[in-house]
Amino acid sequence: MMASRGYWLLIGGLAVVTVVLFVLSLALGPAGIAFGESLSALFSGDGGPIVLIMQEIRLPRAILGLMTGATLGLSGAVLQGLLRNPLAEPGLIGISSSASLGAVLAIYTGLSAAFPLGLPLAALAGALIAVLVVQVLAGSGGVLTVILAGVAVSSFASAMTSLALNLSPNPFAALEIMFWMLGSLADRSMTHVWLATPFILAGWLMLASLGRALDALTLGADAAASMGVDLNRTRRFAILGTALSVGAATAVAGAIGFVGLVIPHLLRPLTGGLPSRLLPASALGGASMILAADILVRFVAPGRDLKLGVLTAIVGAPFFLWLVWKSRRDLL
Amino acid sequence: MKNGARQRGKGAALAALFTCALFSTLPARAETRPARVVSINLCTDQLAMLIAGKGQLLSVSAIARDPQSSAMVKEAEGFPVNHGQAEEIFLQKPDLVLAGVYTTRATVGLLKELNIRVEQFSPETSFDDVKASMRRMGSLLGQKARAEALVGQIDAELDRLKRLPRSGKLAALYYANSYTSGSGTLAHAALEVAGLENLAARLGIQGTASIPLEALVLAMPDVVVAGDRDYEPPALAQENFVHPAFRALIEHSGEVAMPVRNTVCGGPFTLAAVHMLRAAAGQELVSR
Amino acid sequence: MSTSLLDIAGLNVDLGGASVVRDLSLNVKAGEFVGLIGPNGAGKSTLLRAIAGLVPIGGTVSVAGDRLEGLKAAERALRLAYVPQEHEIAWPVPVETLVALGRTPHRSNFALLSTRDRQVVADAMARMDVARFAKRPATALSGGEKARVLIARALAQDTPLILADEPAAGLDPAYQIALMRVFRDLAGEGRGVIASMHDLGLSARWCTRLVLLNGGKIVADGSPEEVLTPETLHAIYGVSGFFGVADGGLVVQPLDLVERR
Repeated sequence: MMASRGYWLLIGGLAVVTVVLFVLSLALGPAGIAFGESLSALFSGDGGPIVLIMQEIRLPRAILGLMTGATLGLSGAVLQGLLRNPLAEPGLIGISSSASLGAVLAIYTGLSAAFPLGLPLAALAGALIAVLVVQVLAGSGGVLTVILAGVAVSSFASAMTSLALNLSPNPFAALEIMFWMLGSLADRSMTHVWLATPFILAGWLMLASLGRALDALTLGADAAASMGVDLNRTRRFAILGTALSVGAATAVAGAIGFVGLVIPHLLRPLTGGLPSRLLPASALGGASMILAADILVRFVAPGRDLKLGVLTAIVGAPFFLWLVWKSRRDLL
Repeated sequence: MKNGARQRGKGAALAALFTCALFSTLPARAETRPARVVSINLCTDQLAMLIAGKGQLLSVSAIARDPQSSAMVKEAEGFPVNHGQAEEIFLQKPDLVLAGVYTTRATVGLLKELNIRVEQFSPETSFDDVKASMRRMGSLLGQKARAEALVGQIDAELDRLKRLPRSGKLAALYYANSYTSGSGTLAHAALEVAGLENLAARLGIQGTASIPLEALVLAMPDVVVAGDRDYEPPALAQENFVHPAFRALIEHSGEVAMPVRNTVCGGPFTLAAVHMLRAAAGQELVSR
Repeated sequence: MSTSLLDIAGLNVDLGGASVVRDLSLNVKAGEFVGLIGPNGAGKSTLLRAIAGLVPIGGTVSVAGDRLEGLKAAERALRLAYVPQEHEIAWPVPVETLVALGRTPHRSNFALLSTRDRQVVADAMARMDVARFAKRPATALSGGEKARVLIARALAQDTPLILADEPAAGLDPAYQIALMRVFRDLAGEGRGVIASMHDLGLSARWCTRLVLLNGGKIVADGSPEEVLTPETLHAIYGVSGFFGVADGGLVVQPLDLVERR
């Protein structure tokens, strides 16, 4: 579309940044493996320690960083387009907090100790239940109803999580719950990748198909419907796609906030505001942000196990301050 | 006589056979001793440091050097530290990794996927638990004799303490955030061995749970044991210690510091907690 | 022979439990510029939304010969374009991008704009005199400029039937008249336009046909001269008016309130 060269430059640039960060994420770690050696070890079959580190420790972490970030960016952009609100993000429809609740319950009831995939599966279940509840609550109501339903689900899930924390039988469990909720990609394995990937890809497919509908929604629900957009289907795909992808991402990485809010917001002026153009840009931007943050946590305080979600919050909060400052000046 | 000689020969052969059989089973019964052990949990750190043979333990977790949490800081300084990350542990090529049941799930899972043997220990809640953990550690490390020796020392001291007169005084354990240790905790066990009655247990509290300040003040315990009073840096969690009602109680009963590092994990150092408690109750450590 | 673009029979629309449109029948042919007039609450917006397929209806609506229920949303979008009353623009997209959204029903999901698409968009922008804002963010325009851009979007949709809800609201007299000319020309090309209007003078002068709605029913339907009479002004609008002819067109100007007896 009058899609300027500027847009393709942006996408190309973001893609390059993402690839570079992905490679860096593979290359950096406590083992101090030489760059060339680390990359060639990825393809080797010899099972030696370097190969194992690269294939079983660093590769899953990098892949999950890429997928988690892309998921958060993409779903944030879709939700902002659907709800026509630049403050929308995956957490708004209760997916993240419900996934967290599922995970917390798994820890609390000992389910996560019983079998290794117990925690991610419980988190995923939490996300999907939230979707059902939001759909039922919101019915075929408009944007405001969806937001309200999401807030209700989110509040309930947070309250239940706090309750679980409160009642937790011992301080170790409470600590474990708390750390999980701060978000982390440390020591994830390929098992986590295989678990999350199908859901994330399914979610991406649903979300990516909404470009045209979201563009039409720029004119409002009525005009979009009159141009042939199926509003119900659009909303269902957006919510379900978010639940699948963000639910799975939260299930393996814990609760990571701000990415879905900040990235689409930052990139919107560079894409001319059109939702369909923002989707791929946000996906790449989100992937870059998480990969960068995950690299930082390995070096800022290696001994102190800095959590990913903390880092994204440290970036996200000042971003909001800057937003407020900027819009105040615009209003004057 | 030829018959006698043959009999003796047979006997000798049988004896030789028996001895051979004995020796051939001995290696199997002899303990497998993992040469490279890494511990990534505070409690296993401390037990391993006590029981492992020279050069057997490769590293302990960083928190083992934290004086607030660890009862064996000096010993820990003699070992390299790890930060519980799979990659750095993997690089040490361990035969055995010692962890807690609450150690980061992802890390333990990844280590197992990398075909590294991980043994997980639950936090101890009684002296029997402590002894069982020590024996298990001894068995895992192939140092049964050492472990038994330590267990024996603990048993001996426990016996001695049990024969001392009990003061029967009422003691309250009071930690940050108004928590206490009720029945089923190591601190409670220490209290019992020290001959004191645990207020929390009297109130029916189990495990580590909160105790209302009211209940504490009402009971007017003879001994108030503040667990982590001067944890650096300060936290809002320690507000309960400056509450006027608590301060009034302290004026009456006196306050005794018993650092939590002796009861967070179980070990011979837990006995130090018992000694502190007996001293707090104004009792001698040796019988007259 | 004029083709029938719109056929409504026995239309009933209920909103929030109240019956807003009752047993309404209407037929619009190609070449007509229909002014939909009537007092507030008469059901004009609802009628337009019903034709656009945005509300559940009783009765039948056929667009270009096909029943509305039988049409897929995409097919319906190729037959009629709808300009809502609310001038919603959610994101600061450039004007030409906004107008190009009108090509949505003509494109598949990931397709780029074709040359034809671009041509239609350029024509629509020129027609509504917004070509000079092409690269500007649509949200940075004045109210009147936005209104024209949104109508350009509907023109870009290139449909036989165009529905517009209060399109002249907020426009300068010059642009109001320019818009009327555009609609008149579109009708002349063989399309059909149904626009709801509040300005009786404009509708009297430019529409080829007026449909007067009151209480959800059509109370008058015909040429402006037939529909706008002192009696209808009095009875339906409660005002007295001046009627005249100037420059070859009907002039109607409401004057004052009439005492209701």
